[in-house]
Amino acid sequence: MGELRVLYRKGSHHNVLFFTERCNSRCLMCSQPPRDLDDGYLIDDMLETIPLMDPDTRVLCITGGEPTILGWRLMEVMTSVARHLPDTALHMLSNGRAFAYKETAKAMSQSGIRDIMIGIPLYADVASLHNFVVQARYAFDQTLRGIMNLARFEVPVEIRFVIHRQTVARLVQTARFITRNLPFATQVALMGLETIGFTRTNVSVLWIDPWEYREALAEAVSVLAEAGMKVMIYNLPLCLMPQKLWPFAQRSISDWKTMYMPVCESCTLKSECAGFFASAPFKYSDHIRPLLAHPSEPAA
Amino acid sequence: MNGLNRSFKSPEFYRRAESYKLLPLRFMRFDGNRYFVSGMGGEYLFMERSKLEQVVQGKVSTTDPLYADLLASHLIADEDSDIYRELVAAKYRTRQSRLPDWTALHMFVTTLRCDHSCQYCQVSRVSEDRSSFDMTPEIASKAIGLMFKSPSPCIKVEFQGGESLLNFDLIRYVVSEVKTRNDGRKLEFVITTNLANLTDEMLDFAEEHRISFSTSLDGPETLHNKNRPRPGKNSHGKTEEGIRRIRTRLGSQAVSALMTTTVSSLEQPKQIVDEYVRLGFDSVFLRYISPYGFAVKSASKIGYETEKFIQFFKEGLAYILELNKQGIFFRETYTQIILQKILMPGASGYIDLQSPAGIGIGGIVYNYNGEVYASDEGRMLAEMGDKTFKLGTVDDRYEKLFLNSPLLAMIHESMVEGVPGCSDCAFQTYCGTDPVFHHRTQGDFIGHRPSSAFCHRNMEVIRHIITLLEDDKEVSTILKSWL
Ligand code: SF4
Repeated sequence: MGELRVLYRKGSHHNVLFFTERCNSRCLMCSQPPRDLDDGYLIDDMLETIPLMDPDTRVLCITGGEPTILGWRLMEVMTSVARHLPDTALHMLSNGRAFAYKETAKAMSQSGIRDIMIGIPLYADVASLHNFVVQARYAFDQTLRGIMNLARFEVPVEIRFVIHRQTVARLVQTARFITRNLPFATQVALMGLETIGFTRTNVSVLWIDPWEYREALAEAVSVLAEAGMKVMIYNLPLCLMPQKLWPFAQRSISDWKTMYMPVCESCTLKSECAGFFASAPFKYSDHIRPLLAHPSEPAA
Repeated sequence: MNGLNRSFKSPEFYRRAESYKLLPLRFMRFDGNRYFVSGMGGEYLFMERSKLEQVVQGKVSTTDPLYADLLASHLIADEDSDIYRELVAAKYRTRQSRLPDWTALHMFVTTLRCDHSCQYCQVSRVSEDRSSFDMTPEIASKAIGLMFKSPSPCIKVEFQGGESLLNFDLIRYVVSEVKTRNDGRKLEFVITTNLANLTDEMLDFAEEHRISFSTSLDGPETLHNKNRPRPGKNSHGKTEEGIRRIRTRLGSQAVSALMTTTVSSLEQPKQIVDEYVRLGFDSVFLRYISPYGFAVKSASKIGYETEKFIQFFKEGLAYILELNKQGIFFRETYTQIILQKILMPGASGYIDLQSPAGIGIGGIVYNYNGEVYASDEGRMLAEMGDKTFKLGTVDDRYEKLFLNSPLLAMIHESMVEGVPGCSDCAFQTYCGTDPVFHHRTQGDFIGHRPSSAFCHRNMEVIRHIITLLEDDKEVSTILKSWL
């Protein structure tokens, strides 16, 4: 029996180029635990697929693993995207560490892709905590240096913060740190936890009911918004956050991964809610409740 | 760590540092037992005295919750990370990022003639003969040449007086000449005027060239007319009428107003604010009077002590915050400037509170007679016979005006990093320096901070704004909405 892999789905907003399973970090909550394999064939597939893609594709997402591990082969893919999909925006998820080297950051600015954004996680405002979360000793410095280098070469950066029990204590302070040190970032994404991969392995040290951190989330959002930064909340259902945060909440979870709970049936805001990962039944909040208000109505 | 899969390392493994070092930090007693501690990047923390002692003695434990705050605010550093150097340097550079652009504001004194005889006015001459107090096109043309030597990508041309509109022909000349000779700069034109002589022809011209206006409004009619006498005693009415005409023709943003605080103003902060609200402005600048020119001569008549000004400022600000609580969006400009310096990492555009001082390198004045001054206050001093801040004339080469003039020494000597008092002041990053003021009041560009009215005023204003930010949640939210 042959194997069929779907490399690309036309018309989907979430076309993902999965680059590699390898990574130089090992985050406590990695949803895609890294494996040290020689998976260079993924790139060969990709280089064949890109010319066949619909040039109307709006967004392509590069993920992994850590795409920069591929070195110059990453550039090959980017050049191909620039050539065959000139109107497509590229969103790449990276831990940013490789951009601590100026040359790597510079290469990103020279890919020829017009609309590129690199999403880079920052899990704390202090080195020891960030390094613990990503399980890599010099990662904090490398990531920050990387973000600064990308800014130097005018490559747009999104800063991503995943909220869990280990990071939540410095959520607000990290927001403040970003406004002071990285005000040039294009946007900041504050994200709920997806309970798959390593998160399951470490669930007892990671899980926190989003209901518990709603106040901290609200404060972090206002710190960033007051400083004029663009903030987005991902992966959190509307009923777990104060209503004033609804305008920041995104319906981001990829369509094929979204689900809702039985109680959501009677919720009037279901269509605007990010819902849950398909993995959510493993562990989810006790505070899910259908909402009857509409976001355009003033807060009660 | 309990529950962490054994293939992962514990938090302790990543917390290597056992001791820390202090980064450059400054502190001051804020109130009671509270100390205010700030770093080079502009971040600050409050702590009690005993805690501060622990910090400076290297005794804060790595598990103390304050430890992470100290690290993240770049007040201390440890061996777990050395990125702080780049971050602090980047923040310092960002705050000074306007410096390489050099002079953006170019003030042309079109004439010294004026129809008003304001008590506090430094320089104007009433009904003197035209030829001796007007700028000529020849002088203006040379000034424009110097102006385009500035590397700044944005050039703001501001027409000053006297009453600048009394030499409107020169304004016409300068605007068209600047536009013709423009080599790709972003241009902005502002006419500073009392509006009493505003004609429809001038409005046509302003509309055609997108010129905006800046006028003087001291408060309600009685106060304004007392401060700003003119034949007919109708300055306020003329100003109000002018504001309306400009708005009708050019839109609501085309005119701004500045107030000058006199002894009579000190009694009526609310009335002044109310007047600005009534006239449809969304901000007021509760501005300190400068001790120059006629202002010094008539000091006994209109002068006041700093303490009274601070009281006036606080009352005015409190009233403005009240208005905001009632849903009226209205800002106090000086507060907004200070807030921006405290809360935002960017460079401040306000040239009168900078270090290095904005004289010459932020703004420069081409006087009616061709003399070039480092600032408007410097030019006013000159009218009183003190030409310290004269850099040269429009006949000089650009390089001479900036490099072979007294300018660089004034700027260099007065930088807060080196001025006694400022060098270890915890408000340093939010403040600035004013060599003209200190030269005038204390005899040199550096001055003596413990007895400096500039320092006294800024210290109190900054302290007040930080207190509001820290201790009053509702007010803090309002203030942040002003950014
Ligand atoms: S002028 Fe006064 S308040 Fe300002 S920095 Fe200097 S010492 Fe501090």
